[in-house]
Amino acid sequence: MSFPRQLTRGLRDLFRPTARTRELDEELQQFYDEAAADASSRGLAPDEARRAAQRQLGNPSAAREQVRSFGWENTLREALADLRFATRHLRSNPGFATVAALTLALGIGAATAIFSAVYPVLFQPLPYPHAGRILTVWNTYQGQRFEAAFGTFRELQQRSRSFDAMAIFEPWQPALVTATQPERLQGQAVSAGFFHVLGVAPALGRDFLPADDLVNGPAVVILSDRLWRRQFHADPALLGRSIKLSDTNFTVIGVLPASFEDVLAPSAEIWTTAQYDPSKLTAFNTWAWGDHLRIIARLLPGVPRAQAADELNAIARTPWPQFPRPRWASLRQGLIVDSLQHDLAHTVQPALLAILGAVFLVLAIACVNVLNLVLARSAQRRGEFSMRGALGASRLRILRQLVTESLLLAFLGGSLGIAFALAGIRALVALSPPAMPRLNAVAFHPAAFLFAFSLTALVGLIAGLVPTLHLTRHHLQSGLRQTSARASRGRSFARRALVVSEVALALVLLVSAGLLLHSMKRLLAVDPGFEPSHLLTLQVQSFGHRFDDSSPSPGAGSRARWQFFRQALDAVRQVPGVDQAAFTSLLPLSDAPQVEAVYGARFEGDPPQAGRNVFRYAVSPGYCQAMSIPLRAGRFLDDRDTADAPHVALISESLARARFPHGDALGKRLKVGPDNQPWFTIIGVVGNVRQTSLALDESAAVYIPAQQSWFADSTLSFIVRTRGDAAALAPAAQHAIWSIDPTQPIVRVLTMNRMRDRGESERRFVLTLFETFGLVALLLAAVGIYGVLSGSVVERHREIGVRAALGATRRQLLTLVLGDGMRLTAIGMAIGLLGALAASQALAALLYGTSRLDPATWIAVLALLALVAALACLLPAWRAARINPATTLRAE
Amino acid sequence: MSDPSTDVIQGTMDMLILNTLSLEPMHGFGIARRVEQVSRGVFKINPGSLLTALKRLERAGWLDSEWRQTDNSRRARYYSLTRAGKKQLEIETADWTRRAAAIARLLRQEA
Repeated sequence: MSFPRQLTRGLRDLFRPTARTRELDEELQQFYDEAAADASSRGLAPDEARRAAQRQLGNPSAAREQVRSFGWENTLREALADLRFATRHLRSNPGFATVAALTLALGIGAATAIFSAVYPVLFQPLPYPHAGRILTVWNTYQGQRFEAAFGTFRELQQRSRSFDAMAIFEPWQPALVTATQPERLQGQAVSAGFFHVLGVAPALGRDFLPADDLVNGPAVVILSDRLWRRQFHADPALLGRSIKLSDTNFTVIGVLPASFEDVLAPSAEIWTTAQYDPSKLTAFNTWAWGDHLRIIARLLPGVPRAQAADELNAIARTPWPQFPRPRWASLRQGLIVDSLQHDLAHTVQPALLAILGAVFLVLAIACVNVLNLVLARSAQRRGEFSMRGALGASRLRILRQLVTESLLLAFLGGSLGIAFALAGIRALVALSPPAMPRLNAVAFHPAAFLFAFSLTALVGLIAGLVPTLHLTRHHLQSGLRQTSARASRGRSFARRALVVSEVALALVLLVSAGLLLHSMKRLLAVDPGFEPSHLLTLQVQSFGHRFDDSSPSPGAGSRARWQFFRQALDAVRQVPGVDQAAFTSLLPLSDAPQVEAVYGARFEGDPPQAGRNVFRYAVSPGYCQAMSIPLRAGRFLDDRDTADAPHVALISESLARARFPHGDALGKRLKVGPDNQPWFTIIGVVGNVRQTSLALDESAAVYIPAQQSWFADSTLSFIVRTRGDAAALAPAAQHAIWSIDPTQPIVRVLTMNRMRDRGESERRFVLTLFETFGLVALLLAAVGIYGVLSGSVVERHREIGVRAALGATRRQLLTLVLGDGMRLTAIGMAIGLLGALAASQALAALLYGTSRLDPATWIAVLALLALVAALACLLPAWRAARINPATTLRAE
Repeated sequence: MSDPSTDVIQGTMDMLILNTLSLEPMHGFGIARRVEQVSRGVFKINPGSLLTALKRLERAGWLDSEWRQTDNSRRARYYSLTRAGKKQLEIETADWTRRAAAIARLLRQEA
């Protein structure tokens, strides 16, 4: 076969159809002429010769059609004709086309966007080689994950045999003083094996070596590609040079590849070695036994995860004398060992799975709606197909036309769906809570799009074809005879069933959204234990060698720190509009990491091994007053409680009640943090405060004067109670602090109300999605009800007309149609209630202070759905009531 | 796409056309007349099938065509055999001969 010739001739015929037709006509004419000439040469009379030639030629148009239907270009031409016809058809039914394409696009777009967003968290392997072999190891406190101490890491590292490498990491936020403003960088302090565990090597320079991770070892950093480009103009000569971070010189030894993604700290841009001192492990009151580290480990090839977990827990159960353990790192509650992938996802997994479930419901509703629309169309077009069949179109030809129409619709819906998906992904990323892992890996997921697209397209195709196959086989003739479809009961039953299922699915989504909404309202109504309005918060750092305690006079650094913060506070208090100001080491409802917030506390008289975890607040005098935390007994901290005064503390009501049920906490003593520090005397009991989130009632807290703390916090949160708008005072407050020291970074400048909302952003995220999906479902269900009822009013036009002629009032006709629609709705709601019961069970983990059977929510949702359904019924019902009996009777 | 009323045996149309054109280039009617004459009216070719077949053979690269004057000075489309067409004719002829001989042998045995 000569392929080029096939192609070129085919294309020529395709693009010059008139020339081709003329040529063909000419050739046929010539055939006829030659035949006539031949006949007359055999001696026939002219008109007899013409007749003979005509006989030989046969039907010229049949011959023309036969020749024209040859060749691939002809198949294409027919397909194009089908497409033109389908386009015309959709254009002449804009309502149907718009609703069908939008439904498809909504379903496809929503499903693709959601799947694209959850894929990196739930399904995609992490971006490291053999990522399945990376584990995280946690200490356990009250059954929950808790950070580990360096001593624990060292013991596990030395005693375990299942791992290729094990490493620790903790947050590190050095200040980089640039030409303009001091910038606080996000980074991590890690042990030497950190990048080896992840399986990543620097693109430039070298990885950390064990020698870099020794006490007083070299100060070295590895930069991210982004930081290297942003601050150092991607200068390769930076390697080996030193940069000044927080007043210390660090040598740059490496730059990571641009593709590197740190899933453990997505915003980290710089890494240094943690340089823990193993010789300090013999004493328990050192930094090396503080539980503020996270542990990751890479399994040896071939070692199953469960085996490694068993080994670690066996180590936890059997202490060795050469590895002494303090009370808070006794490992008596075992270790939590998890794959890194699952560990990242475990907090957001229930929410993401709920969202994924919801989007599948939306996709299901979209499919049902498309099915419904197409069924309605094909019911209306029975006459048309019968007519075309009668005019000689083969069944294949009609089917091909239908497939073309379905594909055109699917293509329209699909392209719109891509647009929806892209917009949806952007919105999801913008909306997503800060706790959402792997956000920078969220990208359009083609497989998800193809899945959603083919599902809906297939549904549309089948819905279009099945009734028509049926029709063409049996009813091509009968369809012509009965134009008013009296015998379409079977199909209309199917459509009614579809509407019922749509209502049911919508109810499931609406109940879920309603419960989440109610839960959100309950949560925001929770009293945080302080007054959040008119409260500005700023996080202030203190970096520099003058704050180091290792300088010749011990304690001078801490005093310098105190002086800086105290002067800054005084400066802030001078700002006009400031009512009160104070600072604290720990700010409620902020994203402060647990590790910097929670310390062990032991009351006088408790056994030495007893201890409870409390939030430690090192505060300035006036903190509780500025926050409006109520005093329950005793007195607040004030200016008397200086560094040299007796050590005093306030404790929270819940802690007081737990330890002193008879209300005699005042005057008792406790230790917070290291055991070698003096006792703190309880001088007051204050109200409980929600520290980590509104939903969590973990309120055991100890407030100590910052000056009396056993270490001076380098970072404090300033809180400013304002008389007017809190946000408006932010620039003035920052300038006041910088007037004391312009090199100290000030970060996270937020009003307390903003901070509180940010803390609930994960719930809000889930809620927003469910609300959107619920609304879409409601809309689609309403469209479905409207479509079926309109169709039924058209089909029953005659019957309704006869009823009207027999004396039915408009009101009766209205009730007839309305009742029909509401019956469908009621059945759908009954089925939906069962589904919603099951869904609410799955949702229970996401609810706060709301029963999953909350009657107000359920009743409100049912009422809303019934109302919308009634509205959707009203227009067809009104149309039915206006049917003129005279017209109907005349038509009969 | 062959017309059921055609008397030409299924599958032999191509061979008949190629064979006819192996003598000299001809126009459509010429081919039809020649086949009818030589077969003494056994085979009749209708123009629809003939022109479709010509188009197919031309696409396959076995025929070329050009418009030129006929003997009685009318314009007509003349078809001629290409080199590939000659080869194809040999293949089809050999194939047909083999099959016809086999059928003839079978029929003799029956008789």
